[in-house]
Amino acid sequence: MSPPTPPFTDEHEELRQSARGFIERELAPHAQRWEDEKWFPEEVFAKLAAQGLLGLKYPEKYGGQGGDYLHEAVLCEEMARIGSGGAAAGIGAHVNIATPPIWKFGTEEQKQRYLVPAVRGERIGALGITEPGAGSDVASLRTRAEAVDGGFLVNGEKTYITNGVRAHFIVTAVKTTLEGGHHGISFLIIERGEGVSSSKLEKLGWHASDTATISFEDVFVPRENLLGPLNEGFKLIMANFQWERLAMALGAVGAMQLAWERTAAFARERHAFGRPLSAHQAIRHKLVDLASSAYGCRCVTYDALRRFVTGEEPIREVTMAKLLTQRASYELMDACLQIHGGAGYMREYWVERAARDARLGPIGGGSDEIMREILGRVLAL
Amino acid sequence: MAATAESVLKPDFQSARKHFIFTDEHEALRESITNFATKELAPHADEWEETTFPDWVFTRMGELGFLGLDKPEEYGGQGGDYFSAMVLGEAIAAANCGGLAMGVAVQTDMAMPPILAFGTEEQKQQWVVPAIKGEAILCLGISEPDAGSDVKGIKTRAVRDGDDFIINGSKTFITNGHRAHAIVLVTKTDPDAGYDGFSLFLVPMDAPGVIREEKLKKMGMHASDTALLAFQDVRVPATAMLGQEGKGFYHIMWELQGERMIGAAGSIAGAQRCFDRTLAYAKEREAFGRAIGHFQVIRHKFADMATKIEAARQLVYTTAWRFANGEYPVREISMAKLYASRVACEVADECLQIHGGAGYMKEYGIERAWRDTRLNRIGAGTDEIMLEVIGRSYGL
Repeated sequence: MSPPTPPFTDEHEELRQSARGFIERELAPHAQRWEDEKWFPEEVFAKLAAQGLLGLKYPEKYGGQGGDYLHEAVLCEEMARIGSGGAAAGIGAHVNIATPPIWKFGTEEQKQRYLVPAVRGERIGALGITEPGAGSDVASLRTRAEAVDGGFLVNGEKTYITNGVRAHFIVTAVKTTLEGGHHGISFLIIERGEGVSSSKLEKLGWHASDTATISFEDVFVPRENLLGPLNEGFKLIMANFQWERLAMALGAVGAMQLAWERTAAFARERHAFGRPLSAHQAIRHKLVDLASSAYGCRCVTYDALRRFVTGEEPIREVTMAKLLTQRASYELMDACLQIHGGAGYMREYWVERAARDARLGPIGGGSDEIMREILGRVLAL
Repeated sequence: MAATAESVLKPDFQSARKHFIFTDEHEALRESITNFATKELAPHADEWEETTFPDWVFTRMGELGFLGLDKPEEYGGQGGDYFSAMVLGEAIAAANCGGLAMGVAVQTDMAMPPILAFGTEEQKQQWVVPAIKGEAILCLGISEPDAGSDVKGIKTRAVRDGDDFIINGSKTFITNGHRAHAIVLVTKTDPDAGYDGFSLFLVPMDAPGVIREEKLKKMGMHASDTALLAFQDVRVPATAMLGQEGKGFYHIMWELQGERMIGAAGSIAGAQRCFDRTLAYAKEREAFGRAIGHFQVIRHKFADMATKIEAARQLVYTTAWRFANGEYPVREISMAKLYASRVACEVADECLQIHGGAGYMKEYGIERAWRDTRLNRIGAGTDEIMLEVIGRSYGL
């Protein structure tokens, strides 16, 4: 066996093998049903927790494994093997975007109340930033948290929220001042309860995910649920973006690898015009291009990851990795679908779902256009 | 002479852009089909995505004369030219239902033409006359589970038995396969004769031994019924043979040209529709203080899309003109099909991207167009097959 690719070590490869085994054994066999039912059961979180997979990067005192981002990175990559982008997204939202702000910015009491049960898989989290009128443009947020006696009164609407139906708590960006722009955004941990209602959205892909619009109507949130400093929420948003985008890049790397392996196997097996598809030059070259693209994406992503874990703030590399991998992953899935021909268009094969799921990549977590805007600034343009 | 206001040429971007292949009559027809599709079909489009579209669409369209626009009057058609069929192929996009457009195209531009071209008078009376009325629904069976692009690899066998033929085999990805009353079926009658070993049959779908297996679930085109069919000892009289025995491969290659032509026209119409809707969205949706269409990269995306659609449109129309004038422009039809379907997919994808998160949601309809359009690069011959046909046409 070849040695692990840096920044991963043997320890990570062991984790990879065990996570992969668990996913292939316990989760992947149910993917089709979860997609059809447009839901995956809560017990998935408990099962992952029992394996220690919901707290890889969190300290042991909060029930975590005491590992770091590299351990989490292994899980991000391997989750592609569930075979359901929606299930991976639900799990990913919990571990990669909803709980990190509590871990990084929460009070000890908030960590005990939210992070600890989240790591146990008992309470599920969601992150609420996007609104119907504010997607890429975070400065246009309108959800208002008005200061009242003992806390805040929240009114507004969030949309495209992964885990939006099932989440027990929503880490929510709200406006705590009337002025516009990036200033005056704060984060509140809002528990599901009176005044909080969700409606599930139908989507192109990610069918097993309960992506929802969440409305807040006169929801009282106690002062102790303010996460991080008042009016400084924009920093919280920015703080986790790098990890969220790296996690997406890693997910794409895992998904590309798997899709390539499966399509190459199909091309070796399926015959047309008297020989395997892979013996046709155009298909062979296409598959070679796809393998090269997958490898390139892996290298760029691992480089950004290495910089990230060594404490650099690699905004340029992470943003490039996100931009490159999400488009490349969708293009690879689309090409795999094409290689499958008519079968590729049918639901009974995995590939049309992989293409639909991958199509979210260039939109979610900051669209390609936003990545280019960020890079334009980073590159002093 | 000094330029005056009257002598300065200014572009009029709002003017109608009628192409030379279309007359005023065609434009009137386009308007009437668009009105029909908008009023009577589009309101049901969402529902039909769940249920597949109902058979009354065929009878209603038959009543309005839309199923025989370019078919001879003696069989109940309108006796129009080929361009009138193109008008239907484009204007039906207003139904906002890709699966319906496909089901109708199978009837008018895939199943009927070979019967009219190669059929006996009796076959035309039996199937074309009721098909134009929308009372008989037709389908076409080429692809098999083990033979898609490779038509020569099909295994469905028709074996002579006295005055009859006995058919065994299976066909897949058959549009209208569950609702159809008859199928134009490609079979092998002589396994040793290579390209000369194929024959077509017109098989009634209620013949004993025709088994409509599962309804196939697809990425898109949900309003269309797509079947896996099995033929088990299906006995048909020799008179059910369509065209010449042993010439089935050439007959079906001819049929595919019309199929690709109408598919290309549908691609252009779908792309235009997607473009128009997204343009309206981009003028309305604001981010960072202005309509997103006013950001340069978004504006350029529209410019790119419009240019590609226009180029594809010219390629399709010019090729249609040659086809209608009696040429058999296989190379150009393949180019038109390849390019138009690629453009349609690129446009759908770019429109989805411009919609951002909303594009990924069912509510906006763009994701459906994206899923439906993706078939265009696979159905009626994949991109790869088009490239083969074009490449080989140069002796390569």
